[in-house]
Amino acid sequence: MIFDYETLKLIWWLFVGVLLVGFAVTDGFDLGIGALLPFLGKNDDERRVIVNSVGATWEGNQVWFVTAGGAVFAAWPIVYATAFSGFYIALMLTLFALFFRPVGFDYRSKVNDPRWRSAWDWGLFAGGFVPALIFGVAFGNLLQGVPFSFDNDLRVTYSGSFWQLLNPFGLLAGVVSLAMLLMHGSIYLQIRTQDEIAARARRVTKITGIVFILAFILAGVWIMNGIEGYRIVSMLPGNAVATPLDKAVEKAAGAWLDNYHNYPLLWLAPLLGIAGALLAIVASGAKKTIAAFIASSVMLAGVIFTAGIAMFPFIMPSSSDPRSSLTVWDAVSSHKTLQIMFWVVLVFLPIILVYTSWVYRVLRGKITVETIRANDHNVY
Amino acid sequence: MPSAELVDISRLQFAATALYHFLFVPLTLGLSFLLVIMESVYVMTGKEVYRDMTRFWGKLFGINFALGVTTGLTMEFQFGTNWAYYSHYVGDIFGVPLAIEGLMAFFLESTFVGLFFFGWDRLSRVKHLMVTFLVALGSNLSALWILIANGWMQNPVGAEFNYHTMRMEMTSISELLFNPVAQVKFVHTVSAGYVTASMFVLGISAWYLLIGRDKAFALRSIAVAAGFGLASALSVIVLGDESGYTAGEVQRVKLATIEAEWHTEKAPAAITAFGFPNEATQSTDSAIKIPYLLGLIATRSVDQQITGIAELRTENEEKIRQGMIAYAALEKLRAGDTSDEAKAAFERTKDSLGYGLLLKKYTANVTDATEEQIRMAARDTIPKVAPMFWTFRIMVGIAFIILFIFSASFYYVAKRTIAEKKWLLKLALYSIPLPWIAAEMGWIVAEYGRQPWTISGILPTSLSTSNLDPSSVYFSLAGFVGFYTLLLVAELYLMFKYARLGPQSLHTGQYGTA
Repeated sequence: MIFDYETLKLIWWLFVGVLLVGFAVTDGFDLGIGALLPFLGKNDDERRVIVNSVGATWEGNQVWFVTAGGAVFAAWPIVYATAFSGFYIALMLTLFALFFRPVGFDYRSKVNDPRWRSAWDWGLFAGGFVPALIFGVAFGNLLQGVPFSFDNDLRVTYSGSFWQLLNPFGLLAGVVSLAMLLMHGSIYLQIRTQDEIAARARRVTKITGIVFILAFILAGVWIMNGIEGYRIVSMLPGNAVATPLDKAVEKAAGAWLDNYHNYPLLWLAPLLGIAGALLAIVASGAKKTIAAFIASSVMLAGVIFTAGIAMFPFIMPSSSDPRSSLTVWDAVSSHKTLQIMFWVVLVFLPIILVYTSWVYRVLRGKITVETIRANDHNVY
Repeated sequence: MPSAELVDISRLQFAATALYHFLFVPLTLGLSFLLVIMESVYVMTGKEVYRDMTRFWGKLFGINFALGVTTGLTMEFQFGTNWAYYSHYVGDIFGVPLAIEGLMAFFLESTFVGLFFFGWDRLSRVKHLMVTFLVALGSNLSALWILIANGWMQNPVGAEFNYHTMRMEMTSISELLFNPVAQVKFVHTVSAGYVTASMFVLGISAWYLLIGRDKAFALRSIAVAAGFGLASALSVIVLGDESGYTAGEVQRVKLATIEAEWHTEKAPAAITAFGFPNEATQSTDSAIKIPYLLGLIATRSVDQQITGIAELRTENEEKIRQGMIAYAALEKLRAGDTSDEAKAAFERTKDSLGYGLLLKKYTANVTDATEEQIRMAARDTIPKVAPMFWTFRIMVGIAFIILFIFSASFYYVAKRTIAEKKWLLKLALYSIPLPWIAAEMGWIVAEYGRQPWTISGILPTSLSTSNLDPSSVYFSLAGFVGFYTLLLVAELYLMFKYARLGPQSLHTGQYGTA
């Protein structure tokens, strides 16, 4: 399959979306469970149950995040450059928090001292809570546009600060992301645990599910009424080799709804976000944990694509110099690179899904306080 | 144009986080294959002790692996956070191996590593061995892709500058993959990892013998480590990446500075075994030279010359002048003159564009640079000789000490008398840090030697950073130093704790204290 440049540009938007969904569905529950760990585990045995519910598989899940980073570098290099240097402090805080996960899981139970273990528990909490919040805040700011511009050498200068990211809409988006990942985590915990821990997780599912739905709807209403979107006024043809400076862009109220107006079928995305959450709450209440997990996965995909579709073709709009905005048409790698990376993804993604499923199958089953005690020296 | 302070602090942060990451990588690369060897013996012979060896060394593997993952995360994102212009300028090529690394290697390694630890009772012996193998395969493939990326920085093949997008774009994926510098680097680096892990297992096991504990377990571990270590040490030395130094512009500069070859000599050149490089006089004081050797090692021939520092500098000065012409042609194109003549003028000279960019450090008007500025830029193209000269010699010196230890161990293992050779056991124990020192020295040679470029001959370091306020970078650097130190203390504490506990930490009831 040899695709023309325009088609590949579209495919890559979809691929990045899929990688983000893959990250949210897999590592999303690790983040959620990390953030819930100190609260749902009342004693050391219970905390070890929670840690071990994801301990054997979280590492593979995190690779979705790493790979999404690598794929953006390869397919959208200027987005990788602009977003990561622009959100510098936020990204550093995320990194520092994520540091505590690999070591937290592996080191926590290797020393039998309550202070040692409690310290790592809070490390795992930070490693889950901070990224879950900041990813949402970042998306919330993308939707509002962030201040950056390119010079004639295409060197980017970002003129905002870290504190400006923490604006009301950005924080609301943070709440959306935090609530949905906590919910997703609490559902996975129900699959892997039983009795009291599962019961506590069930309550968390209900509360975070409701918080998510309210925050998501509020964010939607806010977008429709209070936030200006961006619109391309003129640009080179989609097939052309373009840089961000080759277009004209306007800010306009309601522009983020253009795609939804033009293709009403796209309303399915936000609808699935809400319906997925509702179904997950109901299924979790009925102890149909697998169904709840599928429903909350649909919710995550719905939410990510809701934001993506609203902004499409924008990836990162610039509030200070709109024509510097990054879009799927002009922030991409060369035709050749997109084509090569298309094949790489097409070959390896299915392989990854197959072996990941196999690993989950081998490691399936409930983790209980008894299994932890029986394998005291071999589990986390 | 980033300030000198910003460039320096960004470099410091990259150097610190990369060198730190590489404290954990070599052990992962090598120990994973040692685990495969031990477990294969278990599967073939059914002897429990080999399963216990796999599990015990696997525990130490896990403690190390956790920090490898932690510090690796930083590396994946740091190009974007701190080297944004670099990321834009070469992401079209450089991003490709990084993305493939994630999809082909890191997923494999990370998905199966959990099953390695927790799959013992859930998998048949053969299936578990397969899982261990996939972890080793994944981590080594990971090294392959990272070194393809790094090799491209040293010798950027298969790419071309596009004046419209203002970046390098890929012209040939096969040239990127089969870059000779990358191939040599890969073999050299993974072999160094195998050496590191073998030294680790050998040294700790030697200590068990010295204190008279778990003798059977330790002897078998030593046998595996000595054999694997000897083969790997030979590979590191024989396939040392010096042979890669003839390909590519910057590689030639590295070779000249490593060897303090101030002027081109008649082939085959002599090697300077020892001496004190003197920048002021551009010569080496008290040099001890061995005739012919350098020419033979570096060019694998008796008649090829090795270009000296003075000659390289003169060559580079000429390239800078060419680069000024290329830059003028580029400016014309960027100003909107896209006539065929303008395009042709740029095409003729664009290979030297990077050398023109070196002048940006001294003047905004590259095309009007003064003779003095051209001379300064040419001087920049040669890194300081002393750091290159010494780090390389420390690395090579250590390599020969290690080769001796593995040879002697292998010999006495074969004679079944190693348990009595206390001197060798002690030497092995205290030599545990040596491979790490050698590996870090090797990276300093490779990356300090690449200066003043991030991409050899293409993009100067001084232009590669993000436009950040230096205070942001001080903040992140402080964070890295603080968190990394904290985590390293925890790691070393656990490493020592479990190494001291030995196989009794498996709680099988088979192994005792002293």
